[in-house]
Amino acid sequence: MGKNPQIKKVLVIGSGPIVIGQAAEFDYSGTQAVKSLIEEGIEVVLVNSNPATIMTDKETAHKVYIEPLTTEFLLKIIHKEKPDGLLPTLGGQTALNLAVKLEEEGHLKRLGVQLLGCKIDTIQKAEDRKLFKDLMREIGEPVPDSRIVTNIDESLEFANKIGYPLIVRPAFTLGGTGGGIALSEKELIHITNSGIAASPIGQCLIERSIAGFKEVEYEVIRDRRDNCIIVCNMENIDPVGVHTGDSIVVAPSQTLSDKEYQLLRSSALKIIRALKIEGGCNVQYAMDPHSFQYYVIEVNPRVSRSSALASKATGYPIAKIAAKIAIGMTLDEIINPVTKKTFACFEPALDYVIFKIPRFPFDKFVTANRRLGTQMKATGEVMAIGRNLEESLLKAVRSLEVGLYHLELPSLKGKSIAEITEKILKQDDERLFAVAEGLRQGMTAESINELTKIDFFFLRKIQNIIKTEKLLLEKGKTPETIRQAKRQGFSDIYLSKLFQEPESDFYQWRKKHGIMPVFKMVDTCAGEFESTTPYYYSTFESQDEVLESTKQKVIVLGSGPIRIGQGIEFDYATVHAIDAIRSMGYEAIVINNNPETVSTDFNISDRLYFEPLTVEDVFNVVEREKPIGVIVQFGGQTAINLAEPLSKRGVKILGTSVDDIDRAENRKRFEELLRGLDIAQPLGCTVTSVDEAVEKSAHLGFPVIVRPSYVLGGRAMEIVYNEDELLDYMKRAVQINPEHPVLIDRYMIGREMEVDAICDGETVFIPGIMEHIEKAGVHSGDSIAVYPPQTVSKDILDRLSATTLTITKALNIKGLVNLQFVIYQGDVFVIEVNPRASRTVPFLSKVTGVQMAKVATKALLGESLIKQGLFHGTLEPKDDIAVKVPVFSFAKLSDVEIALGPEMKSTGEVMGKDKVFEKALHKAFVAAGMIIPDSGTILATINDLDKEEALKLFKRFYSVGFDFVATAGTAKLLRDEGIQVKTVDKIGQSENDILKEIKSGRISLIINTISKSKNVESDGFKMRRCAVERGLLCLTSLDTTEALLKTIERSTYTMEPLA
Amino acid sequence: MKQIKLVLETGEEYLGESVGFDIDSMFSLGELVFNTSMTGYQEILSDPSYCDQIVVMTYPLIGNYGVNKDDFESLSPVLKGMVVRECAEEGSNWRNEYSLRELLKRFKVPAIAGIDTRELTKKIRDRGVMKAVLVPVDYPLHNIQLVLSRSMGTDQIARVSTKNPIHFPGEGKRIVMMDFGYKKNILRSLLKRDCDVVVVPWNATVDMIESYRPQGILLSNGPGNPKDITEVLPVIRSLQKTYPMFSICMGHQLFALANGADTEKMKFGNRGGNHPVKDLKLDKVFMTSQNHGYAVTEKSVATSDLEITQININDKSIEGLKHKTLPAFSVQYHPEACPGPEDTNWLFDDFLKAIRN
Repeated sequence: MGKNPQIKKVLVIGSGPIVIGQAAEFDYSGTQAVKSLIEEGIEVVLVNSNPATIMTDKETAHKVYIEPLTTEFLLKIIHKEKPDGLLPTLGGQTALNLAVKLEEEGHLKRLGVQLLGCKIDTIQKAEDRKLFKDLMREIGEPVPDSRIVTNIDESLEFANKIGYPLIVRPAFTLGGTGGGIALSEKELIHITNSGIAASPIGQCLIERSIAGFKEVEYEVIRDRRDNCIIVCNMENIDPVGVHTGDSIVVAPSQTLSDKEYQLLRSSALKIIRALKIEGGCNVQYAMDPHSFQYYVIEVNPRVSRSSALASKATGYPIAKIAAKIAIGMTLDEIINPVTKKTFACFEPALDYVIFKIPRFPFDKFVTANRRLGTQMKATGEVMAIGRNLEESLLKAVRSLEVGLYHLELPSLKGKSIAEITEKILKQDDERLFAVAEGLRQGMTAESINELTKIDFFFLRKIQNIIKTEKLLLEKGKTPETIRQAKRQGFSDIYLSKLFQEPESDFYQWRKKHGIMPVFKMVDTCAGEFESTTPYYYSTFESQDEVLESTKQKVIVLGSGPIRIGQGIEFDYATVHAIDAIRSMGYEAIVINNNPETVSTDFNISDRLYFEPLTVEDVFNVVEREKPIGVIVQFGGQTAINLAEPLSKRGVKILGTSVDDIDRAENRKRFEELLRGLDIAQPLGCTVTSVDEAVEKSAHLGFPVIVRPSYVLGGRAMEIVYNEDELLDYMKRAVQINPEHPVLIDRYMIGREMEVDAICDGETVFIPGIMEHIEKAGVHSGDSIAVYPPQTVSKDILDRLSATTLTITKALNIKGLVNLQFVIYQGDVFVIEVNPRASRTVPFLSKVTGVQMAKVATKALLGESLIKQGLFHGTLEPKDDIAVKVPVFSFAKLSDVEIALGPEMKSTGEVMGKDKVFEKALHKAFVAAGMIIPDSGTILATINDLDKEEALKLFKRFYSVGFDFVATAGTAKLLRDEGIQVKTVDKIGQSENDILKEIKSGRISLIINTISKSKNVESDGFKMRRCAVERGLLCLTSLDTTEALLKTIERSTYTMEPLA
Repeated sequence: MKQIKLVLETGEEYLGESVGFDIDSMFSLGELVFNTSMTGYQEILSDPSYCDQIVVMTYPLIGNYGVNKDDFESLSPVLKGMVVRECAEEGSNWRNEYSLRELLKRFKVPAIAGIDTRELTKKIRDRGVMKAVLVPVDYPLHNIQLVLSRSMGTDQIARVSTKNPIHFPGEGKRIVMMDFGYKKNILRSLLKRDCDVVVVPWNATVDMIESYRPQGILLSNGPGNPKDITEVLPVIRSLQKTYPMFSICMGHQLFALANGADTEKMKFGNRGGNHPVKDLKLDKVFMTSQNHGYAVTEKSVATSDLEITQININDKSIEGLKHKTLPAFSVQYHPEACPGPEDTNWLFDDFLKAIRN
């Protein structure tokens, strides 16, 4: 019994940077797994390239490597560490693919490393379409008719036999990249092409479409003794056809009878047994809504996004258990960590309804194609818990943080049935709202079922919400109507607006009538066993279950769903804050709604409240727990935005005061502050009308940066070069009025610097200053950041430090603050000050060794920096140089501009660290997934303004062995300098245009700087999309280009003839 | 919307909406138990083992997929009531014939919705099962107390068992099933294996049973306390000597009593579809479907003619027994599932194997 005694040291592979299809869920699963192995006395070595994770904290494992996830780097680590086992099933597809490669190349056998969690042939059987199909046939499990193809002819042949619609699924890809549903021959050719290109083995599965079937998933665990359990099943509201990561999901299944439930359950057990997986696995089914016919769609032989969701939905920690199983333990000997009385070998029973809604990046990528299909597009998700479906649905909607507090989309108001029908058929991210609007306007459930195949059960639930809306209109505000509405999860914001009164008045009225929520526990067993899980959700029932405690408590607000501009970094900071609060003897309470994260693991805090992050929901918890205060500075803009309204309700905000937060964020007050301190900032102004904008811009002088006030991630921020562009922006991007002012700043083209600082009210400590590779104008989140700065003088650095100290003191910062500067013609200008934890906190914490969020938390709770062993001033950098490189998910989002600008676009980041700058940079590029050519052909199209600078770089590229392909203008420039170049035509000018060149496969790198002329740009856009869809490296900034060139120059030879 | 009340033995009252049979001026008294299955309400409702009980469903949304023709476990429900958080107005499923509310009305089962069922479940868990009564809102308090002081009776098995033998022809082995309140899926599980099944009343004599020339005997599940029908113990003792015997739930408890072991009432029983049972010989755990309020005491087995084959890994209670010398074995749970996991339906194959040997 027990674990395998041969396994004493294990290498765990993480999942790398956050990209669409692979997000924070693997930080959660990886962190859990590592802890779980350490509990069993295993020595754990961890490798991941993503610094913004809890798993890459030095304390998480015995040894942590932040290195690129490639076989080359893994082999170095294996040689150095000599692990007995390799655990690849908790780091997503990335880790699994690496394990396959290491095994196939014979390294694991050669080095005596045992693969844990699943055998190599299991991975192959689950992931290779043909092997999988064969296995399913063998064990009698139905799969849809399909054929593996490696070219167009084969796919057309199959289509002629089966007919349309067909689904194209590329093999071995993340989130279904490159796949889709083909309704016609034309579409099939197109999708097959992109699918074959996307698949690393050039293989696609063409399959009979079962769109419209119910999509159901089962999370299964198996141990080496063949004990198997189902942790949870989940039903997608969106039928088959929408990627499960993009689907709205409920748990447990709602519309399956026990017969159907058990039919699929038995099938899932049969499959995991046939695959001999030791650990977690996810099986996806399509269930005919009109018969017992089902099909197995897919099996993931590893923990996944769904298993993170299932873990949070049930309280059953799948990754933790899977890790123990991987080292040989069995389910009947592992204690259930929730009840601590029963064993892990049981199936959770839920007594609530889970509702998950994906969070999409379309607010940032306004041009993106929003239609949902087999290609995942969501960056994150929210989960809500309620005692009925309406309640959990409405809680999930307001957790999304898209400015909605009800199942109601303002843009659909007043639309005709025809328009709504059209919207529903678009099958985009707003379909749920369109369905609700349709029902609200009198469309029948039958007609909507006809259009969408969404089950009547769900449509009736939405109808219930609408019935209550009507009841409220009819009967007005009475204790009875409001109680019913609150039971169904209606928000105070919606209700108070309806009754035209301030939210706080409505709240008081409700409180007077005793319509208050209680908190119930998530305990895995529906109350059957006594449990002390500190994991709660609010609901309008009679009995409250919160365990009393006499300790002093501190609430930390999390950051909600992962989205562009607010990623996993904030969860990292939240988790560190929790640790620090606990270490100071307080009880740490966290409120968050993101099921993927470490912070929503109920083992992390003393109490977890899985709730929307709105004033109402947070205040409910505050009233129940009566903490000494709430910390808002670690949860990104989400949490900061709650500071003022919470404070108005009398809640104590710990850390920087609400007034000081406002002094930093309110444009006018911030300008006053800087003026008073005699600190320079780029000239700017706030305008409230278009006329004013034109006038003030002319005064500042173009180019200017324009943006709406109070936003995160540079949303809707643009650089405009003249009045026409300004007018266009005003019309297109913002709504301007006295309530929604627009900010205009002079655009200074200079070096951008970023500083994070911590203050306890007295002492200001600066852990580090970072230099951005890209000039101001590229969003700081999309810039390559270098620590310590490489090109900036000591004098400038001293001035940055001094300014940071002054501003931090003047703002009375308690906790963290982030400052961004631009160095313009030798002078330091302040661009912005964020009175909260920034995106760079984990990166800087890791390279400096200062755990900034922990230090800050302690500081704001009263432990001075001096007492913590720190000092007033800036920490001297150590020898290592670290580079943070952003990672993008452009390949997943068609019609999205990839060129960098003031709007943030990256979804994740990686870190490269070494003794030499170029090596660190090289590592980071490799970690980001770039294939860096050391010679080859560069396709160059350069905007006139950049030509001089570009030419210098091209000469250097030429001397290390690159030649060029360029359009006429750029080609002439190169030829005049004696550089080899082939001229190609612009798009559409001839057969041999740029696009053809890109598709030819002869290009190894594209350098394209953006022109401001609109018609040229549309060509540039097409070219960049074409490149990204073929996985070609395409650089739009000459600064990034030079950085890349430096790494190439460092690692290659110059090719010069004798002079 | 009509309101009714659920009143517990302890005097606590829960007001809710009547979603089942209209009790009007009557009352419905039962033993209050909870079931943690998330699906399978139709099977639970029609399981004769719930005779004289009021069942609290811990999953809050009940009735989602309606009621169909196939999933009944007996001809008509015999339970005394159902307590739910929410009862669907209509069902949604391709097999749906009518709503759960309609079923409750047709079979005269009173039911109450809108209750904090989690609160109620925790009460049962902490204090053990208790009597409870469903009454109209204006039912006089004094009468409620009177009703609640009544005892529950000991004749549940007699009430649910068949009055006359019934024959279900098949090509294979002849099995006589002693009916203590059998679930249809036990019968279906045998018929699926080509058995020829004769269902006999609970109090059938050895002679009567032998007159059917059985090749194996199955003791079915059923409601209540096994000690209420000690008259069947000699019958079991006699039959097990001649025929391979397989016993389920109530059958298991009677089999234990017949062989010198003892049973006791549990605090709140095991009712649900997620109970882990370990087979000691296979050293493997199976998920089982359970519904029992009595259990065989562990100590008593040591001095009996039986040995323990399976245990519950959570509460360590006895889940499986076999006779030390005779081809007779039993399980406390429901290998026929319905509702619940199908992990242990191989036990029926084991039974048939025992017959062939």
